[in-house]
Amino acid sequence: MKSPARRTSYGVKGAPYAHPSPTALERARSAPYFFLIPASLLFLLFFALPIGYAVWLSFRKVRVSGLGLGAGAREEVWAGLENYTGALSDSELLGGALRVLGYGCIVVPVMLGLALLFALMLDSEKVRLTPFTRLAIFLPYAIPGVVAALLWGFLYLPDVSPFHFVLDRLGLPQPDLLDGGPLYLALSNIAVWGGTGFNMIVIYTALRAIPAEVYEAARLDGATPLQIALRIKIPMVAPSLVLTFFFSIIATLQVFNEPTTLKPLTNSVSTTWSPLMKVYQDAFGNGDIHAAAAQATLIALATLVLSFGFLRAANRRNKQEAAR
Amino acid sequence: MSSLAPHKAGPAAGAARGPARRRRIALVPTLTLLLGALYCLLPVAWVVVASTKSGSELFSTFTFWPGTGLADNLSDLSAYRDGVYWRWMGNSALYAGLGALLSTCVSAFSGYALAVYRFRGRETLFNVLLAGVLMPPVILAIPQYLLLAKADLTDSYLAVLLPQILSPYGVYLARIYAAAAVPADVVEAGRMDGAGEWRIFSRVALPMMAPGLVTVFLFQFVAIWNNFLLPYIMLSDDEKFPITLGLYTLLEQGANTPALYTLVITGAFLAVFPLVALFLVIQRFWSLDLLSGAVKS
Repeated sequence: MKSPARRTSYGVKGAPYAHPSPTALERARSAPYFFLIPASLLFLLFFALPIGYAVWLSFRKVRVSGLGLGAGAREEVWAGLENYTGALSDSELLGGALRVLGYGCIVVPVMLGLALLFALMLDSEKVRLTPFTRLAIFLPYAIPGVVAALLWGFLYLPDVSPFHFVLDRLGLPQPDLLDGGPLYLALSNIAVWGGTGFNMIVIYTALRAIPAEVYEAARLDGATPLQIALRIKIPMVAPSLVLTFFFSIIATLQVFNEPTTLKPLTNSVSTTWSPLMKVYQDAFGNGDIHAAAAQATLIALATLVLSFGFLRAANRRNKQEAAR
Repeated sequence: MSSLAPHKAGPAAGAARGPARRRRIALVPTLTLLLGALYCLLPVAWVVVASTKSGSELFSTFTFWPGTGLADNLSDLSAYRDGVYWRWMGNSALYAGLGALLSTCVSAFSGYALAVYRFRGRETLFNVLLAGVLMPPVILAIPQYLLLAKADLTDSYLAVLLPQILSPYGVYLARIYAAAAVPADVVEAGRMDGAGEWRIFSRVALPMMAPGLVTVFLFQFVAIWNNFLLPYIMLSDDEKFPITLGLYTLLEQGANTPALYTLVITGAFLAVFPLVALFLVIQRFWSLDLLSGAVKS
């Protein structure tokens, strides 16, 4: 914001009768800073400081002298970019990144596609039972990711699964849902199940903000509901789609809970399945916090670059739209 | 608040149309939505049924056929390690309830300040706070753990509570609600009457922001209740576990002993209840739309 700092929103300039006293004005000027003390303090302590500490750790390493026994045998020294080169050439981390990329390529389009479809259906005319269906589709949002993964995990488990039961009765082969290619689908399904409802609500809210007159003209021109949906509704909710797309990508890159929860049920999910699981494993499983810090910093940087690049692109598009 | 009223103003209000046309049902959208609802309810329905099965029935009877072991399962679960399951539930309620309350206060202060006042550094501060959303939780939680370890605070209730008080999304929502619900002239009128800034905030602005703040509270309650990673990293004493972490450790042990499966399933069934009940109750006087920052229709 480029607004001059002295311009206050409480209209000191225009009040015709009584002005607040000078001390009140002073108080009004400093008040926002007081209101922001708790948030700033928490931000410094629990966001800025940990991030700074992680970056610091990523440039350090432990040097072991002799057999590594006794006091002073292990000391922390400067490591330069060593941890970073190590992380970038780590095949497990790269593998995890590729796995998550594949997983994201399923989750994001399917989840947002369903969310958009359901939102359009909710918004269409003469549709029935919407209070029930809307709430039912939203319901998974209220279920913890761990519990969701646990429920689906049991539904995938051959001994318990209804899918296996049905396939068995039909005499069809039963794929192992917790291994190989189907594992991606199984994990993606959990994320799609959990995320569709929330995104649907965001898109639906945007749909309802479209004034009714917009449709009247189209209807007079003889547009079918499908044409209205494709030509008017979807373009008009584009900003919400962009927003949900953005947050879905970020959430996908950070996947941790679901594969971690499925781990006890199958041997195919390794402790380093996703990049964040690998960071956790290095920090607490292998006790190498310096390597973990370097990987964490790289992932955070990748997220930031992606986010800002994306937001800039979205902004530019918005400006073009507005200029038209 | 107009934003709390059930919305009827959509394009499909259809008031002008004849009653005969209005009674027709659009089949495709209705069926699509019903299929979606079925998909979303399927695992929930399964866990409700499965929690009634005894250990042997779980593997022998058809998935959606109810069993006879609900009472036994419940008492087994309550008896498991002297009722540690209910302790996890209590812990979750504490983390989520207290955490969300504190978070709502912090969001209300910040959102109000960012919406109502103009001051140097306002947008920068807002953007910096928002950037917190982008930080992957693991990346924050590991150094948070290491720093809290230095303060000797890990494996404590505070270790799970404190990092979750500041919610960037909560601040963002509170700012939107404050900007929409608190008119500038009301604040100014308060000043004319000689009220202090705090008094204007607490007596005038806060009630106006209330519907929005309920949303911030709910959002943060759900976020903390569902959080797994932070307690997973911070806690080792299972007396302090929230329900998500407790169920996970139960599943981990159960992986080798299928006898524990029924406990895990019954536990999951009970864990689904509180939040679902919360939403069912609250949606009578609160609109889901508020969750996406919609302030008016």
